[in-house]
Amino acid sequence: MSETTVHFRVFRYKQGDERPHYDTFAVPVEERTTVLEALQAIRRDQDPSLTLRHSCHHASCGTCGMRVNGREVLACVTRVLDLGTPVITVEPMRNAPVVSDLVVDMGDFYATFAQAQLPLVRRSEFLPDAQVAEGVPFHMRFESCIECGLCLSACPVAASDPAYVGPATLAAVWRVVEEPRGVDAEAVLAWVDSEDGCWRCHVAMECSEVCPSNVNPGHAIMELRRTLIRRQVGVLQGGV
Amino acid sequence: MAGYHVVIVGGGATGAALAHDLALRGLRVTLVERGEITSGTTGRHHGLLHSGARYAVKDQESARECIEENMILRRIAPGSFELNDGLFVAITDEDLEYKDAFLEGCAACGIPTRVLTREEALRLEPNLNPDLKMAVQVPDGTMDAMRLPLRFLATAKANGAVIKPFTEVLSFLMEGKTVVGVHVRDHTTGKEYDIGADIVVNAAGPWSEKVARMAGVDVPIQPSPGVLVAVVGRVCNMVINRLHRAGDGDIIVPQRELSVIGTSSWVVDDPDKLDVPEEHVRLMFEKGAEMVPAVARAPMRAAWSAARPLVGSRGAATGRELSRTFKCFDHADEGVEGFVTITGGKATTARGMAETAGNVVCQKLGIDAPCRTREVVLLPHTAYYTA
Repeated sequence: MSETTVHFRVFRYKQGDERPHYDTFAVPVEERTTVLEALQAIRRDQDPSLTLRHSCHHASCGTCGMRVNGREVLACVTRVLDLGTPVITVEPMRNAPVVSDLVVDMGDFYATFAQAQLPLVRRSEFLPDAQVAEGVPFHMRFESCIECGLCLSACPVAASDPAYVGPATLAAVWRVVEEPRGVDAEAVLAWVDSEDGCWRCHVAMECSEVCPSNVNPGHAIMELRRTLIRRQVGVLQGGV
Repeated sequence: MAGYHVVIVGGGATGAALAHDLALRGLRVTLVERGEITSGTTGRHHGLLHSGARYAVKDQESARECIEENMILRRIAPGSFELNDGLFVAITDEDLEYKDAFLEGCAACGIPTRVLTREEALRLEPNLNPDLKMAVQVPDGTMDAMRLPLRFLATAKANGAVIKPFTEVLSFLMEGKTVVGVHVRDHTTGKEYDIGADIVVNAAGPWSEKVARMAGVDVPIQPSPGVLVAVVGRVCNMVINRLHRAGDGDIIVPQRELSVIGTSSWVVDDPDKLDVPEEHVRLMFEKGAEMVPAVARAPMRAAWSAARPLVGSRGAATGRELSRTFKCFDHADEGVEGFVTITGGKATTARGMAETAGNVVCQKLGIDAPCRTREVVLLPHTAYYTA
C-alpha cells in the first residue's frame, strides 16, 4: 500500500504552561490510517509526552473525541486521507477544561449527565421479528449515546452559558422519558423544564451534526419541548 | 494495615479490578497508567462476556474461570451487560462432528447449554446462515469494554484508591534486590517524581514484560494481537460463535448499534506496534459471513488490533496454542522482593485475577483480610468521573 506523508499541527498544553502552543509532526499514513493511529504513532516514535484519550478504537466508548480541522470528530473513525488537507490541525474539545494537550476533564460533563440517571442498557429495536431465547427477558442493547461530549463541544449555547444543561444530558433525559426503566421520568423532566434546560437551546443543531452515534440530541430537545407544551396545553384546557 | 501502600502499574481491567480488591481489603492503593485508563488492550477487546464455552474442549481451566466470573459479574455489575445469551452454530458436517466433545466439555466445566434445532435457531436469529445444521445456546453476553473497568475504578476511588492516568513509570526504586517504589513522569505536567510502595504490582498486560524488565525480572509474556472489525448495525441480538475449535473470525458480538467480528491471532515483540493487516480484515468479513451472511454486505465502521497478553514461552507460532488462563508471579522466587506480576487472562476473568493477586499481596505483607469483591456491587461508571 502506498504511503503519503501528512503534517499534523497538534495543540499542546501542560499544567503550569503560560499558554498553549502548536507542534507540527510529519507522519507517514496509508489509505486506512485513522487520526487516532497517526496520533499514537506520534506518541510512540516522536514525542512520548503527547497525551490523548482513547480506548475502544471503534466509536463505541466515546473517549477519543477531539476537534480535527475545526470539526468535532472521534479520532478512531476519522481517516486521515479523507480529510483532504496536507496539514491537519488537531485540538481538544471545547466547553470543557483542558487537562493536557488533547485531554479534557470530563468531570463537569458527567456531573450533569449522571443527573439524567440514564440506564446503560435499553430494549433493542433491531430484528423485531426474532424470537427471544429461553431465559432471556427481552432483547437488550447498550444505549446509543457514547458520552463522548462532541455535541457539547460543538454547541454554541454551551460556549456562552456554562449553566446550560447541554445536548448530551437533554438527549439522555429524553431517552429516560421514552423508556424510564424504573427511573422517575417525571422528576428528570421537571428538572430540564427550566431556563438552563431544554428551553435554552437555540436550535443551531450542531449537536446532531457532529453526533457519531445516531443520538440526534437536537431532535430529542425538540421532543422534550413538545412533551412539556402538550402538558401545559392540557392543563389550560382543564385536562391532566 | 492501612499503613501499607501498594502501587499498581497498568490501568486496564486487571489493574482496575485489583485496585478495587485491595482498597476493599483496607490497603492504600495508587494506580498509575501511562495513557488514558483502558487505552491498552482492555478498551479494544471484543466486548464478549465469555460463558467459557469457547474454551470448554481445549482449555478447561480457562473455561471454568470464565463461567464462574461470568456469574459473579452479573451480580456485582448489574446493568452493565447486554444479556441476550449466545449461540454456537454448526454450519458444516465437520462442525457437527465437534458437537459431542463441545457439549461434554461444557458439562464438565459447569457451563449450561441448550441444544437447538436448525429451525429453532433460525427463529431466534433470522440472519443466521440458512445452511446451519443446529446450534447450542450458552450464557454469553456483551460487555462495555471500558465502562465495566470504570466501575471497578469508581468503587476503588470511593474506597480511597488514587488513580493516576497519563503517569508513566520510568524506572523502579530499588533497595538492593527489593522494589520500594516507582519513579514516574506525569505527562499532564511534565514533572517527574517518586512514589514509595511496600509492594509494586505489575498489571501492564502485554506490556508487563517491558515493565518487569525495569526491576530486572523476566516475565514470559507473548503479546499476541488480533484484528477486530465493527460493522454498522446489529446483524444479530445474541453473540454468535462458530461451533468448532477456536479459530479466526468465529465470533460476532453485537454491541450497541454495531456488530463486532473477531478475531485473528499472531505474535509480536512490541505491543506498541500493531498493524491491521488488510488480509485479516478481509478474513473477518469472510468468516463472519459464513455464520451470518448479512455481514458481507454490512458497511464497515472500524477495523483495529488489540494485543492479548498470553502467558507462555516466547516464540509461539500464532498464540492460538497458548492458554487463556492467567498467572500471578511473586518475583521473590527470582530473588526480587516487593514485586508481583499478574498477567494473562481475559476481561471476563479480571476480577478473579485481582482476587488471586490480592491474596498474594496480602500474604506477602502478612495481612489477614479476605477478598470481598464477589459480593460488593460496583458503583456506576459515571462515578469514576464525578468522584
